[in-house]
Amino acid sequence: MSSLLNKSRPPVFCPGCSHERVTHALNKAFLNMNLKGNQIVMVSDIGCSGLFDTFFNTHAFHGLHGRALTYATGLKLSRPELNVIVTMGDGGLGIGGAHLLAACRRNLDLTLLVLNNFNFGMTGGQCSATTPTDAQVGSGFLNQLERPLDVCEVASAAGIAYAARCSSYKKDLAQEIEKAIRFNGFSLIDIWGICPGRFTRRNKLTTKDIEDSLSALPSINGLVSGNVRKEYGRHYKELAKSRKTVATPVKIEASLIPPNTDRQEVIILGSAGQRIVTAGEILCLAGLSAGLNATQKNDYPITVLRGHSISEIVLSSEEIGFTGILNPDVIVVLSQEGVDRRNNFFDTLDEKTLILQVPEVKIPSCKARIIHIDFKAQGIKSQDRALASLSILAKLSKIISLEMLQSALKVRFKDQALSMSLDLVDRVESSSL
Amino acid sequence: MALSFLEGNEAIAWGAKESGCRFFAGYPITPATTIFNTMLNLLPPSGGICLQGEDEIASIGYCLGASMAGLKSMTATSGPGISLYSEQISFAIGSEIPIVIVDVQRLGPSTGSATRGADGDINFMRWGNSGGLPVIVLAPVDVKDCFLLTMHAFNLAEEFRCPVFIASNKEIAMTRESIDLGNIKRPDIKERHALLEGKPFLPFHVADGRMVPDFLPIGSDVPVRQTSSTHGPDGYITTNSTEIAENQNRLKNKLVSAVNSFSFYEETINEDTDTLLITYGITTRAARAACEDLKRTGTPVSHLVLKTLWPVPEDLIREKAKFFKHIVVAEMNLGQYVREIERVLPEKQVKFYGQMDGSLIYPDKIKEVMADV
Repeated sequence: MSSLLNKSRPPVFCPGCSHERVTHALNKAFLNMNLKGNQIVMVSDIGCSGLFDTFFNTHAFHGLHGRALTYATGLKLSRPELNVIVTMGDGGLGIGGAHLLAACRRNLDLTLLVLNNFNFGMTGGQCSATTPTDAQVGSGFLNQLERPLDVCEVASAAGIAYAARCSSYKKDLAQEIEKAIRFNGFSLIDIWGICPGRFTRRNKLTTKDIEDSLSALPSINGLVSGNVRKEYGRHYKELAKSRKTVATPVKIEASLIPPNTDRQEVIILGSAGQRIVTAGEILCLAGLSAGLNATQKNDYPITVLRGHSISEIVLSSEEIGFTGILNPDVIVVLSQEGVDRRNNFFDTLDEKTLILQVPEVKIPSCKARIIHIDFKAQGIKSQDRALASLSILAKLSKIISLEMLQSALKVRFKDQALSMSLDLVDRVESSSL
Repeated sequence: MALSFLEGNEAIAWGAKESGCRFFAGYPITPATTIFNTMLNLLPPSGGICLQGEDEIASIGYCLGASMAGLKSMTATSGPGISLYSEQISFAIGSEIPIVIVDVQRLGPSTGSATRGADGDINFMRWGNSGGLPVIVLAPVDVKDCFLLTMHAFNLAEEFRCPVFIASNKEIAMTRESIDLGNIKRPDIKERHALLEGKPFLPFHVADGRMVPDFLPIGSDVPVRQTSSTHGPDGYITTNSTEIAENQNRLKNKLVSAVNSFSFYEETINEDTDTLLITYGITTRAARAACEDLKRTGTPVSHLVLKTLWPVPEDLIREKAKFFKHIVVAEMNLGQYVREIERVLPEKQVKFYGQMDGSLIYPDKIKEVMADV
């Protein structure tokens, strides 16, 4: 097996940079694994670690600072057969912290090599997420104020199943890397190194210092107990397989005759919990059953079961242009919260508008025709009143017919919900209107 | 006739599915969330992937990775998410990564109002990238457009290897509407231009007579390079200013010179009218209602609806505006696209109405503006 190093683009690191050792160790790991260039994608981001993709004759994806893990995730999920190797520096690691945590939580089969040299080398030796507080850096005193991050500890806490830390000068670094690549899940090696161009110009750091510091830390070297679990890509496929294929959108044949084919506007003013949006949908479906076009615009706060709920419906045999309410044909008034939200248009109404009003709710004075309905007296609960109002409209042959309403209910509901809704529609008293 | 009842967001998801979209990543954000919800129902059961990113930057990053692996990819968000996408969008432009990006616009600036509509990102979509190179932006008017323009968006992303935006609006996205899905004439599905067999592969080499590099996915037999750095045909950094200039110009011209082939529009030209109303997106619907009223009352105007906003379909606009004395532009912001209309039609009087209060522009408002011309 020949080297995967790109002969026409040899490493161009500063003299003495430990990244070069990692480059050769990575190549050796590839060779040990008998991998070909087209079986590997090197994913890198910005900084000196971002040069790695150019040194190998493999697939390569070089992107934005700190975001390498995001591309790697998309690549691996799309091409599970690829060996995805991500290189990031300690700079990119700090920038893309959220992506590291997500990768640890996911356990997708990627290998992340953190080329940790304790500073932003390329830009002048500024402090990074791993810079010791006593280091001299290009960011003045700022590193003295922040604690350096232990990548492996953070990754372990976030659920990584395989993590290791070692020196760039470790003799068997190639084997370390190979083990991480072979692990079926997200693996990370925090590889400590020397940045002669920036860091060690102002700070004393020898290979022995690195060894000593590493050995003083609690051992994290391989499988992280308690975190080993299914690989994300395979697990995703397993769960996806059990998802039911979604049927194409329901098509409603136009089979009924509508009472009116002109543009008809209905606005339902209610509260959360009154099934306003569902009633609006049913009204539209009823329209569809008679070949009418329909639009439904809803207005409700971000909270659930609290506040106003308003549905604005337009039905027409023509294509519907404006989706707002211009001159409503019907206003269904079911709660004060709904009215208060839209109390500014009542004074513009004329006799064209029919208002269905429950006695509990007050509306501003207006010229519209008003039908008072005491749903309470009829024993109809608050959550059924919107649908009950549609029943009244249907029985008046206003906007929709009873057949249209029943047909819509058959599209919208099944089984018990259907029989209950049909029963409700039937039960609503309209004879006194 | 058989009608379905969908909101704009659902129609976008179905359009994506029919276009062969295999990868979606997004993040919950009102008013775009139901695109994510629908894609989550559609993709995994059919072998595709739908991911919820840890944030917006990740979501689009996943898509760029998947797209380079050869899958048609889409993401969806609103203005706050587009802000976070920005650097990745620049990457997709410069490195020619096909992707469909849905911006369901809501009232800004910033967090703004999550459940209020706006067309406030119209210039942001075009100019919110470093380098200022063009993108394609398509603007739907209704639920049918959401479906159809999404299919066009995938085709354009594949053909031109670039980000294509759907400039939706809360008022289209979350409004449900009847749609005759069986009666929509779909465009033929396009795929990326693959490298011809036997040719040596350079990831950014543009073959003679073409404007776009041939595509091989990462994972092919031949190693493929992708890079966000300024690159030559081989995908390695270049400092050759001639090579750089040629490439930047090509990235611009591949879209600008081709816009006539994808200038989607509708028009209602009434004879003997001297005023042309120009709208896009949801405002079109109020404009149509206003135009119908004006016709009824004996003061008709003409109406041009732009569905391709960027690159600006300059030839189309000039051609359609040729015989009109007055131009009126209305949009749900304080004046964005009108600047393009003024630029393209320097000899015309352009009157503008902008509204940015979270509510729809009403037909009466448009009539009022027209009466004033």
